[in-house]
Amino acid sequence: MTIPAVTLPLLSFIVFTPLVGALILLLIPRHQKEAARVFAATVSGFTLLLSLWAFLAYDRAAGGYQFVERMSWLPQLGIHYYVGVDGVSLPLVLLSALVLFTGVLVSWNIEDRPHELFAFMLLLASGIMGVFVARNLVLLFFFYEIAIFPKYFLIAIWGSTRKEYAAMKLVLYTLVGSIIALVGALALYFVSPVRTFDMDVLRELAARGAFARTVEVFGQAVRFDYLWFLPVFLGFAVTAGLWPFHNWVPDGHSAAPTAGSMFLAGVVMKVGAYSALRVGIELMPGGAVYWLPVVVFLAVVAALYSAAISLVQEDLKYVIAFSSIGHMAFVTIGFAAMNVTGLTGAVLQMFSHGVMAAILFATVGMVYDRAHTRYLAHLGGFARAMPMATLGFILGGLVAMGMPGFSGFVAEFQVFAGIWAARDTAWWYPWVAILAAPSIALSAAYILRALQATFFGELNRERYPHVGDVTALDKVAIVTLAVWFVLIGVFPRVMTDLIQTGVEPIAALLQGAMVASIR
Amino acid sequence: MVLSWWAHLWSVLPEIVLVLAAALVMAVDAWLPEGRRRELGYWAIGGLVAALAVAAVQAAQLAGGIAAPYEAFGGSVRADLAAMLFRLIFLLAGILTVAISMDFRPLRQSGEYYTLLLISVLGMGLMGAAVNLVTLHLALETVGIALYLLAGYLRDTPRSAEAGLKYFLFGVFSSTIMLYGLALIYGFTGEIAYARIAQALAGLPTPAVMAALLLVLVGFGFKVSAVPFHFWTPDVYEGAPTPVTAFISVASKAAGFAVLIRAMIEAFPTAQGNWVAIMAALAFVTMTVGNLLAIPQRNLKRLLAYSSIAQAGYILIGVAAASPLGVAASIFYLGIYTLTNIAAFAVAVIMTNVTGSEEIRDLAGLSRRAPGLALAMLAALLSLGGIPPLVGFFAKLFVFAAAIESGLLWLAIAGVLNAMVAFYYYIMVARAMYVDRSPEEEKPVWISRPARFTLWFTVTGVLLLTVLVYPLYLLAQMAAQAF
Repeated sequence: MTIPAVTLPLLSFIVFTPLVGALILLLIPRHQKEAARVFAATVSGFTLLLSLWAFLAYDRAAGGYQFVERMSWLPQLGIHYYVGVDGVSLPLVLLSALVLFTGVLVSWNIEDRPHELFAFMLLLASGIMGVFVARNLVLLFFFYEIAIFPKYFLIAIWGSTRKEYAAMKLVLYTLVGSIIALVGALALYFVSPVRTFDMDVLRELAARGAFARTVEVFGQAVRFDYLWFLPVFLGFAVTAGLWPFHNWVPDGHSAAPTAGSMFLAGVVMKVGAYSALRVGIELMPGGAVYWLPVVVFLAVVAALYSAAISLVQEDLKYVIAFSSIGHMAFVTIGFAAMNVTGLTGAVLQMFSHGVMAAILFATVGMVYDRAHTRYLAHLGGFARAMPMATLGFILGGLVAMGMPGFSGFVAEFQVFAGIWAARDTAWWYPWVAILAAPSIALSAAYILRALQATFFGELNRERYPHVGDVTALDKVAIVTLAVWFVLIGVFPRVMTDLIQTGVEPIAALLQGAMVASIR
Repeated sequence: MVLSWWAHLWSVLPEIVLVLAAALVMAVDAWLPEGRRRELGYWAIGGLVAALAVAAVQAAQLAGGIAAPYEAFGGSVRADLAAMLFRLIFLLAGILTVAISMDFRPLRQSGEYYTLLLISVLGMGLMGAAVNLVTLHLALETVGIALYLLAGYLRDTPRSAEAGLKYFLFGVFSSTIMLYGLALIYGFTGEIAYARIAQALAGLPTPAVMAALLLVLVGFGFKVSAVPFHFWTPDVYEGAPTPVTAFISVASKAAGFAVLIRAMIEAFPTAQGNWVAIMAALAFVTMTVGNLLAIPQRNLKRLLAYSSIAQAGYILIGVAAASPLGVAASIFYLGIYTLTNIAAFAVAVIMTNVTGSEEIRDLAGLSRRAPGLALAMLAALLSLGGIPPLVGFFAKLFVFAAAIESGLLWLAIAGVLNAMVAFYYYIMVARAMYVDRSPEEEKPVWISRPARFTLWFTVTGVLLLTVLVYPLYLLAQMAAQAF
């Protein structure tokens, strides 16, 4: 594998453009609200262009980590500023930039302190993209924690309905998860034969079984990776909304402002799943092989339970919030398949669900801005007033249902195919597929129910005399997002080729651990 | 080895500079007309900066290997990198404290105030350098007496007078107990120098050593406000003039840790097996109690008091790790904590000047009223909470890493859970500033120039040190190895 020489620190630009933008934004005078908006849109648009550039410039034939940058930070402790992207992280970087850009566009009309709103959004995006590109464990945690506190302010200041409660709940849940995972990462560091946080080196060590050694805990000899995989994986899975740690999701997603919900469901949950993959599965493959066939049942419960709950929600945002738990459960199922097909499906599902959740929350937000209620019983008939938003919701809904021709189908099909093919791993894997399948039918039901109740039927003109169409910027946001799931639905290889280059080494790592555990 | 008179003086040169500065400030106070009293602050800062420059040169020499550590005045003080780094921390705290004192209305800028402050910094410098029991006790008392007076400086305010008296009573009580411990050590060993005590203690039965150790720890525990010796902290912090509170919360605590770390490593190395357990227990109780009691606080200074107790707990984790990494982590943490806590108190000083209140709810609407000030406070709170991109993240990372390295996994887990609790109440303060509204939002907030400097300096510090964490860590590590 040769790493192409990159003179421009592209990834640093992608990660730090929003951060620097946030700082500059705070220097723009208070009363110049329009200037702040334009600046935020420019910064996020620039970030999106850079991400698209990385996406297109990535050499798929070569695979591996590209656009690598490395600088000393705390060399003595093995802490470096080390970033790079592969087939797994690159789609997620692109996703974050998409959500950031569209999030700024749909927040255009917020009058209350737009400077701070956009600054917190940009800061959050910076942290999130930092997690996706980090190749050093400490750097990963560094960005992971950066991505926590802006969420509190986004929700507590600009949110609605029990916003402070939801904000604090969300922050504490994700914080607890991440710091437990951090302790696991520190334990990994001290048990490793080479004292480093460099994830390349740690992965190499993991492949050679360095973390499969036994350690003594309270007088008991246990395998290190058996012991620590679960805390690390589940610690991150809290952020991914895995049942039974999903409780922050419905409250957080619903209380957040539109852009906040788009971020939370669109990318924040992916940060959790991605970190669980990178730190949990990749660095402790032995633990993954041991535990994932068990963890998969949590995902099955999550998929069924959340779909069933969605079906009876009265609040439109809660419908979408619960649905995101279910869709993220397929990511975990894809991980548990531990083969190329399943992992590809899981990563594609992250991207697909990210775009889909963003468009669903964006359109729901557009309805809420005009109706000032999210109760399904009070809504109806908005299709006539805002056809573009309706189209966006329908497209997002089709992805959520797993309709062929859209990205959701490609992703979920591969997850199911992957888990089915992995029946050598655990005899119950086909049953996992069979048990989880009804959730797809349920998701069709709740999406259609929400669609029917919100957009179709008669518009109550007495209640909503002045409902107008969405703004041009909203339409730009909808199109920017919707393009992707049609594109991937029709030409899956746009993404799958890329993702495969990223997941193949992970699958190989897991197969190696499986062979080792049989021996 | 016979030292030249210059080598003797060189070892305590920063303190000599401070004595001269204190005398100068007193003299200038007598000469300055009433209207120009405020300038006294600049004289005090001048003295502190001069001492800081001397200490920085000494630290650079020791760090660069140009000078070797040595003991002066018949084994009273030691000139090593740890002593110098701690001096730098005290002096920096002193400078920033003077800067936020200059326009704090109730203090009325008198020469005595600055003189007392300079003398307490002087005593702290000696605490960090002391390597025998007599110097240790003298230095402790020098600092103590100056701080008791400073805490009760606003004689006309009952709360301040109460704080001074309380601080005095608790301080004298714990220092007496400690003195008893020191006497026991001397009685057992017949030695006052740490290194010889360590040799002599090796042959003694454990209960005797432990008795002495525990008594001494009472005094140290009081200084660093570790639970269960923390009862004075909230009342004194609340009652003392806010700049003094800032100073006590950082410099006095750092000085306490300086003597604690040195005494444990140099005088009690043979009892390490025992004191590690004590330190770990102290760390656990201190951070847990501090954090839990901080949650219900409504007064900003009391909240910061409990927070500072909790911070002492995290620093004790590094001490309990009893390893080079642990000691380095503790020193690093103290440096960062000094910078961060002063920032938080600077905001408290400014707000007290403006609103006359120290309640958290009076911070409401601050982000609209003075966005920069709110941002500075947010940065300070998040750094105290160990949230990146602020350097407090690394401070916590190091102590937890040290605990795990030394096999204290449970302590590291307790630490991270505590960090989560702390995050809750720090965020609650931020919530008041950012989420709550207030009718006063339109009124501007006046920030004096020295206070503005303090804020810029500290906040830039906690941001920039994230990037430059390595040199600072290396310094702390070299200091840890110097013991």
